[in-house]
Amino acid sequence: MRWIIRLAVLAVIVVAAGLWLTRPQSDAPDVLAGLTPDPVHGETVFAAAGCASCHMAPEAEDDAKLVLAGGQSFPSPFGTFKAPNISTDPEAGIGDWAAIDLWNALHHGTSPEGQHYYPVLPYGAYIHMEPQDVVDLHAYMQTLPADPTPSQAHEVAFPYNLRAGVGAWKMLFHDEEWVMDGDLSPELVRGRMLVEGMGHCAECHTPRNALGGLETGAAWLSGAPNPAGRGSFPDLTPPEMSWSEDELVEYFTSGFTPEFDTAGGHMALVVENLATLPEDDRAAIAAYIKALPISE
Amino acid sequence: MKKIRTMLMGLAATGALAGSALAESHGGELPMSVKARQSTMTLYAFNLGTLGAMAQEKIPYDAEAASAAAANLAALTSMNQGPMWAPGTSTEDLEGTRALPEIWTDMEGVIENAVALNEAAAAMEAAAGEGPDSLKAAMGPLGSACGDCHKAYREPD
Repeated sequence: MRWIIRLAVLAVIVVAAGLWLTRPQSDAPDVLAGLTPDPVHGETVFAAAGCASCHMAPEAEDDAKLVLAGGQSFPSPFGTFKAPNISTDPEAGIGDWAAIDLWNALHHGTSPEGQHYYPVLPYGAYIHMEPQDVVDLHAYMQTLPADPTPSQAHEVAFPYNLRAGVGAWKMLFHDEEWVMDGDLSPELVRGRMLVEGMGHCAECHTPRNALGGLETGAAWLSGAPNPAGRGSFPDLTPPEMSWSEDELVEYFTSGFTPEFDTAGGHMALVVENLATLPEDDRAAIAAYIKALPISE
Repeated sequence: MKKIRTMLMGLAATGALAGSALAESHGGELPMSVKARQSTMTLYAFNLGTLGAMAQEKIPYDAEAASAAAANLAALTSMNQGPMWAPGTSTEDLEGTRALPEIWTDMEGVIENAVALNEAAAAMEAAAGEGPDSLKAAMGPLGSACGDCHKAYREPD
């Protein structure tokens, strides 16, 4: 009988060690110490990060897009995720968050209660944001309206409903490494922040492995099936992406492709965001895309 | 514009009946209704191409050519497309289309978008011959009208 007890004790130790290793990470407020919030720059971060596109109410248009009431559904092979209310309502939304809470959510994927967020919140990309970006974003979001709509629960079945598993996922896939590396021009560095960081382009345009991690190697931004099961997202690498930088900038501005088709689906929302950025930022994204290597 | 709305809705209903019969009659190949709507999109893009190239200053502004393209676009967007959007021709039914089933469950919304497109095209028809700035100003709403439909009713590429 003794070996059963030993085995049980060992199992408890292994599980405890695993949980401890994959526990939600967070930083203390001093990480943001001394930074002065600039809500005007925060508005640019907000647009570049596409916050409203997921957190606005379903099918919201124009000014209603700034009411971050949540409620949109994001179906995936792991279940259907529901965007939560992130408006300034202190009860239903995140109006009572300090900047450090936003930092921990976006950088570590950790809630103020110390729980893992699912990576449907693209913290795998937002991890690249600088402390100043997050402080500014927080200040801008504080200026947006409150909405009392309660957040809906995700429809995620076992085993994915066990958030502890997200810790293991983070261990495998969540880090600050850039994909495009080396000696980059200032424009490419900015483009990389917008594409790999704030814009989280890879979330749709890069294929995933069986565990839902992005393939950061040669398949980076080479297109992927739609996790919602309908259609696919285009390959952004050469030779498939044949548009010139000017044509890309035009697309990010007006939504028109060189063939005078227009952006559709979620990309139409992305274009609405990109169109509000400074022209230099759109050019930086285009430069990054044209600098991508040929994929496998 | 109320007239156009009524016409579109009425014809969408009758067209739906005729179209569904046609859809059955082609094995393997895309139904004529799908080919017709895809051809219409190509015609939109072809005429938008002339206007867009002038708006983007890739070709010199030419009032006559701009007006002709805008008139085509206005005519195309006034056309009754009901039969081209036959039931049973969505992404759930066929390969080779990106038309989402929402088109048929939200016909009201589709028609609203169709009317908005027709209005934007009419505005372009009035603006295109009045100089490059006037053409450029009309281009934005036209693009938004295209995008609004693609946003809600077209499968990602």
